[in-house]
Amino acid sequence: MEIVTPVSQDVIRKLRVGNIVYISGEMITARDKAHMRALEFIKSGKELPISFNNAVIYHCGPLVQKVSEGWKVISAGPTTSARMNRATKELLNYVDSIVIVGKGGMDVSEEIKGKGVYLAYTGGAGALAVNAIKRVKDVHWLDLGMPEAVWVFEVERFGPCIVAIDSHGNSLYDEVKRRVEENFKKIVEKL
Amino acid sequence: MPTYDEVVETVVELFKKAETELSDDVIQALRRAYEVEENEIAKMNLEAILKNVEIAKAKRIPMCQDTGLPIVFVELGKELCLDFDLVEAIKEGVVRATKEVPLRPNAVHPITRENTGNNIGMHMPEINVDLVDGDELKITVMPKGAGSENCSALKMMLPSEVDKIKRFVVEVVKNAGGKPCPPIFVGVGIGSTFDGCAKLAKKALLRNVNDMNEFELEILNAVNELGIGAMGLGGKITALAVLIEYGHCHTASLPVAVNIQCWANRRASAVLR
Repeated sequence: MEIVTPVSQDVIRKLRVGNIVYISGEMITARDKAHMRALEFIKSGKELPISFNNAVIYHCGPLVQKVSEGWKVISAGPTTSARMNRATKELLNYVDSIVIVGKGGMDVSEEIKGKGVYLAYTGGAGALAVNAIKRVKDVHWLDLGMPEAVWVFEVERFGPCIVAIDSHGNSLYDEVKRRVEENFKKIVEKL
Repeated sequence: MPTYDEVVETVVELFKKAETELSDDVIQALRRAYEVEENEIAKMNLEAILKNVEIAKAKRIPMCQDTGLPIVFVELGKELCLDFDLVEAIKEGVVRATKEVPLRPNAVHPITRENTGNNIGMHMPEINVDLVDGDELKITVMPKGAGSENCSALKMMLPSEVDKIKRFVVEVVKNAGGKPCPPIFVGVGIGSTFDGCAKLAKKALLRNVNDMNEFELEILNAVNELGIGAMGLGGKITALAVLIEYGHCHTASLPVAVNIQCWANRRASAVLR
């Protein structure tokens, strides 16, 4: 199914693990440093250059190139979301809803309950992702460096993304992890 | 005799090649994974990977936005006499590749986290030189992303723990889960020293990924029984290869390093005469 930003609470609640979605509208990139700075701003009451509330946060450090008419995205796949576990848990205290796009999964199934979803996009698929990124609308905090800055992308049918953590406490990663731990015990016995 | 300019040019071209196209052995391994995988979500991810690889090659753009850290292996023929600074030439190649490929500026100061903007810095690019027979200069570049590098591990095992090596490798892959962009390649260094085994593990990743011996296949099968699958969402293919390199070690030690490589096992080589 296609979801259009801003994504309403209703849509978020409807999404269930295993669903496949495509995103159209606006996505903003944020990695370690952007999360830390955003939290710093929020806690000190400073206004963010772009709101993280009701946003689609893309864990991505894109490869972009400066061209005469602005910025051109060369490659923009997702980065490892687990690095943002702690910052995201904190951020979730300050937002009403959120859609996170990343790869590798997160440990936030409790905290994100009732508020948001985590969508998994294929890690490393930077060239494929660019097909869906129509333009760079804006960029903030470039002083953090190209990968760590907050890039505002206009996207059209960005996907396929898999709902990997839904707003009802379900996580595909938790399920896989449980099975993997069981499998590991059996493997070790044989080795 | 190779010249400074030739080395610079070669390094730029090698990065361009490594970032935009995978070698045949890696593509073969990915295709095979797509064919044998039964988990629907994993299959969809593998399909996206294969599509992505095609687009990157056709458009000559980096297949992954994490264009990695510049790691360079040099095999220098003993009979060769170079009248220029090889390290400087490689550095210039990396700076130019950063602009021309382009590469994402990834090199930062470890403490201040300040980005140098051109992928060079203290001990960066990482250059490994081996002296070999002959009169050729072989340069191999291996841009390596952080997602997989971060999941690597090293253990100073005991000499009595030889039978625990397999367990350690499987455990490192288990702990990595979906973080290193599986299906992965697992480079293993056994023996040598603390630093030496890490280097062996990395060098193992340069080998043809479809050429494994019985011991390597045994560990590969064990790893794939974990069920992590492509992107960690479950599935039968977690790793595409386990590749091991060995070094003699001290009688009192058994260093083992596991260097994880994402599906984008990027490397390219050229020989200069």
